[in-house]
Amino acid sequence: MSIPAVSIKELSYKYDGQSKPSLFHLNLVVNEGERFGIFGPNGAGKTTLMNCMTGLLEVKEGDISLFGEKITRHNKNIHRLFGFVPQDFSFYHELTPVENLAFFGAWAGLKSPEIKKRTNELLEVLGLTDVRDKQVEKFSGGMKRRVNLAISVMHHPRLLFLDEPTVGVDVQTRHAIIDYLLELNRQGTTLIYTSHQLNEAQSLCDTIALIDIGEIIAHDTLQHLLNIHGEHGLEGLFIKLTGKAYRDCDV
Amino acid sequence: MYKLKATILKDLRILVRDKVGLLLMFIMPIVLAVVITAIQNSTFELVNDNKVPLILDNRDTGEAGLQMVEAINKAGIFEVIPIGQNIAVPDMAKLMKTKDAMVALIIPSDFTIMVKAKADYMASKALKNFGVEGDTVAAPQRNIEPITMMYHPVMQESFRHSVQGALRSALQIVESRQVLSSMYFSLNDQPMPPGLEEDMLNNSIGINQVAVSRDGSRNVPNATQHNIPAWTIFAMFFIVISLGSSVVREKLNGSFVRLKTLPTSYIVALLSKQITYLIVTLAQAAIIFGIGIWVFPLIGLPGLNLPSDMAGLLVVLLICGWCAVSYAICIGVFAQTQEQANGLGAVSIVLLAAIGGLLVPSFAMPDSFKTIIKLSPLHWCLEAFYGLFLEGGNLKDIMMNLLPLLAITLIFQLITFWGLKKKNLI
Repeated sequence: MSIPAVSIKELSYKYDGQSKPSLFHLNLVVNEGERFGIFGPNGAGKTTLMNCMTGLLEVKEGDISLFGEKITRHNKNIHRLFGFVPQDFSFYHELTPVENLAFFGAWAGLKSPEIKKRTNELLEVLGLTDVRDKQVEKFSGGMKRRVNLAISVMHHPRLLFLDEPTVGVDVQTRHAIIDYLLELNRQGTTLIYTSHQLNEAQSLCDTIALIDIGEIIAHDTLQHLLNIHGEHGLEGLFIKLTGKAYRDCDV
Repeated sequence: MYKLKATILKDLRILVRDKVGLLLMFIMPIVLAVVITAIQNSTFELVNDNKVPLILDNRDTGEAGLQMVEAINKAGIFEVIPIGQNIAVPDMAKLMKTKDAMVALIIPSDFTIMVKAKADYMASKALKNFGVEGDTVAAPQRNIEPITMMYHPVMQESFRHSVQGALRSALQIVESRQVLSSMYFSLNDQPMPPGLEEDMLNNSIGINQVAVSRDGSRNVPNATQHNIPAWTIFAMFFIVISLGSSVVREKLNGSFVRLKTLPTSYIVALLSKQITYLIVTLAQAAIIFGIGIWVFPLIGLPGLNLPSDMAGLLVVLLICGWCAVSYAICIGVFAQTQEQANGLGAVSIVLLAAIGGLLVPSFAMPDSFKTIIKLSPLHWCLEAFYGLFLEGGNLKDIMMNLLPLLAITLIFQLITFWGLKKKNLI
């Protein structure tokens, strides 16, 4: 049996000053090669879970392992295994795409020749070659999203976390990004994705977990969940399992 | 090492593209150094070369009044504007405005009578003490009415004291002349010959001024030697605006989130910032010194003389720069917003400069400040620079200034490290 890409055991997380935990005894396994979607209403705990898996939040109760290696504060090597596409633009706007990729590539542990080769590849695939030497601050939202993605996959991660990777972009850019992510998955990269764009999610994810009030309320292949709940789309399934009431009022 | 190199390159690129930051770091201190040196130099020239306009109302018609006017003219620092007698005080104030005079002087009408009475009394008293018999003179019935000096309120206290000192010297000459004349007359029953009087009064001993230096050089310190080191230090520490903001900006924007998910410690980023901005502080010093050496003489200001111990100067620059960078990073780590970093950084540097002796010389500060001065890193930087620039010392001579500076730098580093740990940034 192969080692899962992500294994979460009894994970609980409570922010300082909060009365209720954001995650509560959560267990989850994501197998290598899956296109895994994590969905839930606002305040359900998706971002907290994502931040715990990427090491941005320190796990104090429970365990998270990536490819069998436990995430701890001082285990920096584990960061070589994954890439992270944050929802916010996570690069230096004063720099060009080439300069951003050179810097983040070095921080990901790559050396100069590899950085150059990989930069050319990614700029070509993501349609940024013509603007490679222009400062990112002058780019459109869609171009910035592609730079954000390129930096995250610079070091060929085995696992890619994606937090709303297409928010605020046009249809063309969204399609280009989704196509690229599917291609990455075909090449073996495990995807863990979260978004409120459920139509987009349905075309990308093969397995999903629905999370609400810090607990997983459904976890299976998307098709199986749709079948057992008699729904045709992810949106219907989402409403059926989480209800129609506002949730972010509780945050 | 490759990560550090890439990070330094990234920091340098961002720095070079931040035009406002560069302006603050390089242009502002240069302007400050030029303007303040020019002002201080002109103040020096005002006292030494230019003449202070002085309105003189001599209400006395006797010889002492004339002698007083002559002595004021001979003092060399006043441009005397004589006016008609008995101008009322409010009118004198108006006249000062119209004549653009900083000082006005009123010599009272009985000045000669009273000076002579006092001189006769002093001479008689002295001769009696010497055992020479003569006429006994009674003490003057009333005190001499003082000379009135009116001054413009914008005149600074130190400058006013200089003017007062010059007038007091002139008065001393008049009084001494009267006492001498009186004594001579008492002994010889005839007036003192004019030649003898001149010889006695004008044969004063000069004062030879020697600036104390460690290397035995006789360079006279000037406004440039004082100001260039002081404003170089100020410029170095003022990078808190750019560097503090840079740390906060990185913490607040998304790039920091990504840095935390990469297999590299944030210490590399901080190390890079220290190296990058240390280079900036050295560049600031090189530019400001260059301006002092080559540009100042072209605009009529005294040129900067570099110290003889250039290796010592480099060490001082490196330690001062490191301290400035450490302080800026410390501010950046604790500030929550860029506004906080900018406000706290700028205000604290001005305060540290003030208590460090950059704005007011530390020797002129009250005793209660003597301990506080030592807490300012800028004070130790200034002392080290002055040791090289003004005292002609070498690295060994200023070691006792560098050690406290290093200690303060290490404290900043430790506080930064503690802050990073506390905020889970490392």
